[in-house]
Amino acid sequence: MKKSEIPQDKSLLVGFTREVDYAVDESGKYTSGLSTGWEIKTSALDLAWDDIKLRVKDAEEKVKRGEASPVLFFMELKLMDPGILAAYTGFWQWQVKRHMKATVFSTLSEKKLQKYADLFEIKMEELKNPFRK
Amino acid sequence: MQIKFEHAQSAHCENGVTTNLLRHSGMSKINEPLAFGIGSGLFYIQIPFLKVNNAPAFSYRTMPGMIFKRTCKSLGIPVERRKFSSPEKAEQVLNECLEAGQPVGCQVGVYYLTYFPKEYRFHFNAHNLIVYGKENGNYLISDPVMETVTSLTAPELQRVRFAKGALAPRGQLYYPKMKVEISDDAIRKAIVKGIKRNTRDMLHIPASVVGIKGIKSTAGKILKWREKLGVKTAGSYLAQLVRMQEEIGTGGGGFRFIYAAFLQQAYGYIPKDELLKVSEQFTKAGDVWRSSAVQAAGIFKGRITSENDFKDMSNFLIEVAEVEKQAFKALEKIKW
Repeated sequence: MKKSEIPQDKSLLVGFTREVDYAVDESGKYTSGLSTGWEIKTSALDLAWDDIKLRVKDAEEKVKRGEASPVLFFMELKLMDPGILAAYTGFWQWQVKRHMKATVFSTLSEKKLQKYADLFEIKMEELKNPFRK
Repeated sequence: MQIKFEHAQSAHCENGVTTNLLRHSGMSKINEPLAFGIGSGLFYIQIPFLKVNNAPAFSYRTMPGMIFKRTCKSLGIPVERRKFSSPEKAEQVLNECLEAGQPVGCQVGVYYLTYFPKEYRFHFNAHNLIVYGKENGNYLISDPVMETVTSLTAPELQRVRFAKGALAPRGQLYYPKMKVEISDDAIRKAIVKGIKRNTRDMLHIPASVVGIKGIKSTAGKILKWREKLGVKTAGSYLAQLVRMQEEIGTGGGGFRFIYAAFLQQAYGYIPKDELLKVSEQFTKAGDVWRSSAVQAAGIFKGRITSENDFKDMSNFLIEVAEVEKQAFKALEKIKW
């Protein structure tokens, strides 16, 4: 990449920072320059977020239909997976997966629920009824 | 307390932390490309059995922590590195370092890193930053991918130091224990060692998902993704390939350019013409990685999604693999 080709596209970094790119100058010598972002990268990141939004929506519908517990919904909302949930709550992964079943969730103790509420940074009430306005 | 500390931005976080810590300790000959090359930073792996955000995980550089470790070791710089099970102890040791005037590198998770844009905050735990002081209860932070210094409250810093999940940092902190006089001769030796190790890592690790073989293996998988997963999921996988290549502070294409810059600097220490030629080959490799990202974007945006488009995508990676293979073979042949 030539220094003059360092991309200066609009990106989500604008207002936060610019990033350093290495590139060659006219004489072929390496130097570095600042980039505001690259459209290709931004579109990959946008797609990742589209996928996340779809998974959140999908989880929401499952919870509303009673096919999954709010743990699944908040896990998706917080970009987590069962491994991350287990690491933060101290439950085993298989326990976390069970807690995502609506039938199991309704039998969980307040103490266990509180761990999830803390991790998801929500009140207990919201954990139990995430979609009630 | 505030340590007089010079923040310099870098393309990649660990290069930057390494360089800034060494420079702070008076070892100012080291810059980002040198740290990256001496640390044998260039790599490729499609990490088996691991999914990140429901797509395969790739890495274009060596394991977290290695660039600092190897660079210091090769230059004979003693290093302190500690992990903690107790957050209180971790904070106490950090405070002691700062009181002693020692800025420290910390491994952190990105998800709770408040000064990053929200859209970049995933559960990625191998980010690095330097803490260089404490003022009114806030820690002063030099994050090498940011243009300027920033700060975090004590609970915010503790949270990112104890992020959980894959590659959990466990409060890890590290710094060079003392200043060492670095002669040009020491740098020459470190450069040769770094190049030899990187050549071995990219050409000779007997695993199909690693190095040049790894790039070819991903190229082969891409051919099957469309049929096996459907255009949409295959597109998400390709977006991931691009994202892991080019997050904040660069990546795939970017790492190749840093390596090319390293080889030019290496020539300054060891004037062998091959180094300049191979530097050009890595520039080429970086350019092809970039073209592959453009092709991937065409696919995941749904603009070009035919079987041939996936074939072209795969061919970009095969081309990259070939260019990098020739480049490392040329490095292997140099008589030091």
